[in-house]
Amino acid sequence: MGRFLLRRLLVSIPVLLGITVAMYIIVNLAPGDPVTALMNPEQMANMGPDWVEQQRESLGLNDPLPVRYAKWLKETATGNLGYSFVDRLPVNEKIGERIWPTVKLMLTVLVIAVVVGIPLGIISALKQYSFIDYLLTILGFLTVSIPSFFLALMLIYVFSLKLDWLPTSGMYTVGQARSFTDSLTHMILPATVLGLAQAAPIIRYTRASLLETIKQDYVTVARAKGLAEAGVIVHALRNALIPIITIIALNIPQLLGGTVIIEQVFSWPGMGNLAIASVQGRDYNVLMGINLIAAIMILTSNLLADAIYALVDPRIKYA
Amino acid sequence: MSASLTGTPADVHTLSGVAAVTPRKNATIWSRFRKHKLALIGMIVLLTMGLIAIAAPLLAPHSPNAVSLANYREAPTSTYLLGTDAQGRDVLSRLMYAARISLSVGIVAVSLYVVIGTTLGGLAGYFGGWVDGIVMRIADMVLSFPSIIVIITIVSILGPSITNVMLVIGLLGWPPIARLVRGEFLTLRERDFVIASRATGARDRRIIFRHVLPNATTPVIVNATFGMAQAILLEAGLSFLGLGVQPPTASWGNMLNGAQSITTLEQMPWLWLPPGIAIVIAVLAINFVGDGFRDALDPRSHK
Repeated sequence: MGRFLLRRLLVSIPVLLGITVAMYIIVNLAPGDPVTALMNPEQMANMGPDWVEQQRESLGLNDPLPVRYAKWLKETATGNLGYSFVDRLPVNEKIGERIWPTVKLMLTVLVIAVVVGIPLGIISALKQYSFIDYLLTILGFLTVSIPSFFLALMLIYVFSLKLDWLPTSGMYTVGQARSFTDSLTHMILPATVLGLAQAAPIIRYTRASLLETIKQDYVTVARAKGLAEAGVIVHALRNALIPIITIIALNIPQLLGGTVIIEQVFSWPGMGNLAIASVQGRDYNVLMGINLIAAIMILTSNLLADAIYALVDPRIKYA
Repeated sequence: MSASLTGTPADVHTLSGVAAVTPRKNATIWSRFRKHKLALIGMIVLLTMGLIAIAAPLLAPHSPNAVSLANYREAPTSTYLLGTDAQGRDVLSRLMYAARISLSVGIVAVSLYVVIGTTLGGLAGYFGGWVDGIVMRIADMVLSFPSIIVIITIVSILGPSITNVMLVIGLLGWPPIARLVRGEFLTLRERDFVIASRATGARDRRIIFRHVLPNATTPVIVNATFGMAQAILLEAGLSFLGLGVQPPTASWGNMLNGAQSITTLEQMPWLWLPPGIAIVIAVLAINFVGDGFRDALDPRSHK
């Protein structure tokens, strides 16, 4: 078990390095110059090209690409992601304060997705080919076919603008003491939009997995021995839910991607919001940092999926 | 789409027996597809949308880019069936023209990654060894990219435009196709009919195009159909953020861009509801068709 995870971890490292190399090259191919992008053109004309050159030198932009990458990697390995080109704040700090809002949103979404998805998946399987099964299948198609931002706009329209029940944006009400209810009301809309999209695959896989498990011999045996139907289902469920854990973990990258647009729509102060602001400001260091953190999150969730699967299913051989 | 990949000059010497099998096989697939009601409806909806997109210049009541400052942000009237936008352009006409952009982004981006994925997956599966190792490690890497974040980074660097959106989706979307095709190659390589073909002296090229690729088309078509839905959603998202198709060219996504303002959202639903509904209908139709293909093409899923 330990060896299996260690090997998976060791395979992830070159993948992560490869991602950083690719991202570093892409980000540095950008035509915009962070120095000139920052400056007021009039002021720059007064300062002259020498000053611009000096700024470039001090930001280390004149070194050849591999040298800059090596420097970046060395600094990154020691936990320093550099400084923002825009406001000169440490990237660690800028991203650091954005991670928790994103993680908080993602965790809430996962809880919603599991709480909604698993029971509905079970109902769908138990009532296979019934009206509710078809309805859930069609709703499942609908939730994966609707752009998250469009669903978000419709929910804001109904619940914030027309009914005035929920706030349109942000994480807290500005100028008000932070309270649990306040943060909860801000969380409901963004978490629901993402939660519905995440629940759809959970419903589908729970249904398929339970239908598959119910056919197994040991379930038939349980039934033949006179176990009540509810008991039979609980018996089958323990094994049926194992693959669902993997589905949840494997969907995390997709969820992370979803937060980017949703954070923008709801002005949620997370990493996705920062990513879009950095794209607009050509803030390469911040973008590299966000890409790195996101890649680490994705690789970790893949690793987690393998680990949990191996842990709960003794049939997996970890050579 | 991938039909062009199999139709190579090597096909000229077809065995008559093989040629006779194909129409019958197609008929079975079609009859299975027809039984899937939602897929059939999806197909009809999609064809209608495609026709509207193609015939947009004939059908649109106004020019999609004609600015009319006298009637800006006008609610729907008999002249402007879906009202006008902030520049006084007709929303209905823009919606029809946007269908051309949004549907073609889906088709082009997915065609691009089907070609890349089939080629790389085929090379990896057929040659194995270090070719396989390198291709599959690159695929792993691309799959671990934090996709949306990478896409917005690349699009902002290349400059937001329809071509770049197609390019980025195309360049990042190939790994699942490559994995599928590689998998087919690995299983088919050892099958009797391939070995027999090799024994009769067939060349690599003939074996690949005549025997292996046609067998890989089934999973690729299913994957590409769902991929097209994904690509349309992605283009809509990027254009909504202002990182995709740039105005004045209309795409469903950038027509929704204005709804980021609360005033537009609250008081001018005719500006953002129609493009949003158009995206949902198109993507839903494609997903239903994809589901129909999956049922019809995969005998194992058909009970």
